[in-house]
Amino acid sequence: MRLIKNKIEHNGSGTVTLCPEEPEDMWHAYNLIRPNDLLRASAIRRVTTTQETGSTTSARVHLTLEIRVKNLDFDPQSSQLHVSGTIVNETAHTKIGQHHTLDLELNRNFTLEKEVGADGEGVGWDSIAVQMLKDAVDEGGQRRAEAVAVVMQEGLAHICFIGQFQTILKQKIEMSVPRKRHGGGDHDKGMSKFFQVTLDTLLRQLEFNTSSASLTSSETVRPVLLASPGFVASGFQKYIQSQASTSTPALKRLLPSIVVVHSASGYLHSLAEVLQSPAVKTILADTKYARETKLMDDFLDQLRKETNKATYGPREVEFAVDQGAVGRGGGVLIISNRLFRSQDVAERKRWVSLVDRVRDVEGGEVRVLSSDHESGRRLDGLGGVAALLTFPIIDEDIEEEGEDDH
Amino acid sequence: MSRHRVKAVSYDEDDFDDDYDSPDPEEEEFLEQCTAEVLNQLRAGDPPVNATRDEVQEALWHYYNDVEKSVNYLRGKKAKEVKKKQAPAPAPAVKAKASTVPVYPIPLSPPASSTAHFSAADFFRDAPWLNIPAHRKADILVEPLYPRLGLLGGAPENSGKVSKLAALAAARKKKEGEKSAAPTPTPPSEVESSRPSSTERKSPALSLRERLASNGKPQKSSEGLQSLRSLGKGSRLGSPSPQKMPSPEPRKQSSPEVTAQADIESPVSTDKKQEEEAALNIRAPPSTFASTIVGEAIRPKMAEPSHLSASTLDLIKIYGQELAEPFDFAGPSPDDVVLNAQSSAKGFKSKQPASKSAGDKKTQAGLAEGMNSLSVEEKVNVKSKNLDVLSEYQKTQRKKAMNFAVIGHVDAGKSTLMGRLLADLKAVDQRTLEKYRKEAEKIGKGSFALAWVLDQGSEERARGVTIDIATNKFETESTVFTIVDAPGHRDFVPNMIAGASQADFAVLVIDSSIGNFESGLKGQTKEHALLVRSMGVQRIIIAVNKMDSVQWDQGRFEEIEQQVSSFLTTAGFQAKNIAFVPCSGISGDNVTRRSEDPNVSWYKGHTLIEELEATEPYAHAIEKPLRMTIGDVFRGSVQNPLSISGRIDAGSLQVGDQILTMPSGEKATIRSLEVDGEPNDWAVAGQNVTLNLVNIDPIHLRSGDVICRASAPIANVTSFTCKVLAFDHLLPSMVDIHRGRLHVPGRISQLVATLDKVTGASIKKKPKIVAPGTVARIVVEMDQAVPLEAPTRIVLRAGGGTVAAGLLE
Repeated sequence: MRLIKNKIEHNGSGTVTLCPEEPEDMWHAYNLIRPNDLLRASAIRRVTTTQETGSTTSARVHLTLEIRVKNLDFDPQSSQLHVSGTIVNETAHTKIGQHHTLDLELNRNFTLEKEVGADGEGVGWDSIAVQMLKDAVDEGGQRRAEAVAVVMQEGLAHICFIGQFQTILKQKIEMSVPRKRHGGGDHDKGMSKFFQVTLDTLLRQLEFNTSSASLTSSETVRPVLLASPGFVASGFQKYIQSQASTSTPALKRLLPSIVVVHSASGYLHSLAEVLQSPAVKTILADTKYARETKLMDDFLDQLRKETNKATYGPREVEFAVDQGAVGRGGGVLIISNRLFRSQDVAERKRWVSLVDRVRDVEGGEVRVLSSDHESGRRLDGLGGVAALLTFPIIDEDIEEEGEDDH
Repeated sequence: MSRHRVKAVSYDEDDFDDDYDSPDPEEEEFLEQCTAEVLNQLRAGDPPVNATRDEVQEALWHYYNDVEKSVNYLRGKKAKEVKKKQAPAPAPAVKAKASTVPVYPIPLSPPASSTAHFSAADFFRDAPWLNIPAHRKADILVEPLYPRLGLLGGAPENSGKVSKLAALAAARKKKEGEKSAAPTPTPPSEVESSRPSSTERKSPALSLRERLASNGKPQKSSEGLQSLRSLGKGSRLGSPSPQKMPSPEPRKQSSPEVTAQADIESPVSTDKKQEEEAALNIRAPPSTFASTIVGEAIRPKMAEPSHLSASTLDLIKIYGQELAEPFDFAGPSPDDVVLNAQSSAKGFKSKQPASKSAGDKKTQAGLAEGMNSLSVEEKVNVKSKNLDVLSEYQKTQRKKAMNFAVIGHVDAGKSTLMGRLLADLKAVDQRTLEKYRKEAEKIGKGSFALAWVLDQGSEERARGVTIDIATNKFETESTVFTIVDAPGHRDFVPNMIAGASQADFAVLVIDSSIGNFESGLKGQTKEHALLVRSMGVQRIIIAVNKMDSVQWDQGRFEEIEQQVSSFLTTAGFQAKNIAFVPCSGISGDNVTRRSEDPNVSWYKGHTLIEELEATEPYAHAIEKPLRMTIGDVFRGSVQNPLSISGRIDAGSLQVGDQILTMPSGEKATIRSLEVDGEPNDWAVAGQNVTLNLVNIDPIHLRSGDVICRASAPIANVTSFTCKVLAFDHLLPSMVDIHRGRLHVPGRISQLVATLDKVTGASIKKKPKIVAPGTVARIVVEMDQAVPLEAPTRIVLRAGGGTVAAGLLE
């Protein structure tokens, strides 16, 4: 995402003009744009006019519309963001108050304005929003690392794209592979068919050019991680090799970028194990999601070893922060960005103030995890927020008051 | 016509030749005599025939002056000529007026008497260019060229002979004619009867015509129309008198007769026509053959009314077009007629109605209905014998049947031990074993030969490790055992769970060699033992394997016995249900036979097979609703393209039963079933069955699905509460849920409480974390609905290890 114009005032209100350049930027936009914000973008609207005679004509017109956001709809599969709301600027074709859904498009600027009302009812550009904006704009330009992972087991494969901020499950392949039987070759046949379908799907998702002319092309191939329990992944690698040497020579380009790793199962949540494996770490060193996964593992370890020096859940973490346990000397607040996406302004303010407090007042570390990564999903399972504490807190204290919270 | 002319030309030539060739006066005289004779005979005959002298002479010349033959020949020829002239006569007129219009010979009409009134342009008014109605075209082909046969295959009409059938038909026709003629004053019925030959000649053709084009019939002789009506059959009836006919050729004797008859017919035609219509309905429908030739009988019928009702003067008739009734495309197209006729002739029941007559819409609706009821897949009906399975089961005297799972750490020798067991009990023949031995040695894995009895997969053999469960059956004197050989590798624990869920008891194989036992106890020896216990297995036999590698050291055996039994008792096995056997799978000592090795003399206990037989069978819930977890979905054979296998958990089933698969909720029918590989009519809980299914698509069946009955279905749930024993720390986190073959991803969404192990009372509500070894109540959620019901034993795994196992609540 490119930052075209930045006009954020000290009080937190202001406008930002951005230009999304790649699909993942839509995810950022999805996190930045909140209900009640003002969004200005080009739009195509079908305008129907009624003649005096009663006949109607409708035409599609290009407009620049400004809407007050009511609702966001993000489709992670295709990285499309639809923002609906009411129109606030008057044009030749529209009236104020009419509804419109803006479809944000790549390489088309949009302007986002966040307001802080006189009595502070708006959120404005709070610290989280500013941080997100920084992440989105990516001044360092080092977030190109991407990988494709195929997590599989017999008869089941998940093809997912691991991006900097999100892991997208592109396709799930499910096939019934006959089990081994006496004197039956059905199992081997079923497996090679399963491999074939998986490879075809993978190539389609990669948009991989399989023509033999592409052998000489210098098109880069993303790392492909094949993960499975047992021998499925290595069997799949062998299958790709045999295909490369027989029917589809273009696959030879793919072969060097394949890494086979072990996973406990073929389900998507085994991806955490995949990303932590040494073989993968060397390829995707120090990427954001690798750090996030590590952080979650550390947290869970801590919880196992010293149960009272780690905590999770909204109330528990707030209680710990109140106790001053998430502060200097190892206090880490881990929070999922799902919480900031809340439709409720008060809810968002609650979490933003918690983050600000830990960072600025307590001096602890704050890590915002993407809820669209595997680690973020694990965190969501724990209530979206967790903390590593500097000293143990006996959670008997909050048990009684937490009774009604759940 | 052209043939005529060509022939005429040849006559001239012949004549010339004759003159040239036969100047002999004697011969000429003889010829003259014969000619006179022939002419006389011709004139005398009935019907009288006119022939020119030249013709006669030519005939005589051909027949070598045989008078009789010549007479016959000439008679036949003249009869032909009469017909030919009848047909082509109008042609010159047409040509004169519009030379582009194709010739239109009028069937059955006498030499065109009516050409004076005929306008070709008018006649073809309704006929689009090159698209002349089929009924008009067809006559060109039939009529002019060949001697006419009677409809029913009689002799040519002019010979005077008529086949019996044709005669019958004619008689009937005549009767009708008489009937209709009776009320009318004019028609002299004698005339009709006095000319049987001509009527006979006409009637078969007439009935043929009826079908071809009913409108072509003589009808409606209203006075005003007579002069206008100039064509077709109408022309026969109308005013034109024989005198008016422009007949270039000498008139045949037969033609006046025909005309006369037509004259007689004309006054009654309308009545007769109606009479015939009525009669038509009574008649039997035309035969398949006839309708093939002529088209459908119904078609003229439907065409009729428009015609009959048109007794008033209307424009079309004025233009003389009642013959060429405007083609409204209501009838079937000629192609359709042919196709229908063909298909019906072939005996196929055509889906398309033979004729789209009055009930056109109705038939279309029927067709649509038929299309709806058409289905690509064929429903197979399987007759149920409606057995009372429970009483059948009680009637049968059978051996005890038991399943046992073979578990243990990877490379403990599970498959080899079982291979040895099967080999020694002759469940596998020696030749197969030899083959395995050779093949195993070929790839340098000679010691794996016995394991190959169970490890059938190519990858399993190549890698020397069991991947999936293998089942095998063997019998002792008292019991039928089914081995479920489970894989020991940690990656394949899901498969092991599937195997253990089918087991009544377990055989835990332990590698006694130094180091391996210790690593096994930390690894899958422990995990497997805990898993089988948590899946409800009570009895466990510990085969301390590879004792030969430690020289049957009694101390080693006792050490292992002590360590393992202490662990198993903490895991929940009762001491009386634990048995230890020192053995060696590779040599076979203490497996089925006592070891003769002097080093083993210290062991006085049972052999492995004796321990197996000492196990008491379990009672299965035969009377409960049917439940069966699908272990495998496969293609059984050509006859049974879709088969499933598994062990019936509860209830019973029989051939012909309809079953429900969950979670798909699809129904299927059991075509046949096999119990332990033997075909049977029924099966009950506890048996290992293969069901051959019909009426279901294989995509609805996956291993892990549950078979039940529609009357007592198992519910699909997305969330459940269960009481589990934690093997590891439990947090709200992602887990794999296993139940037999079924395994699905899910997450622990809530830790409800930790419980007291003995009383089950809640100790602490909403724990932050559940420590290993404690019992807790938790809520598990899944993304997809799976068939689960209480009380079911489930296993929760995460990160390649078992984190908890417990009971659904």
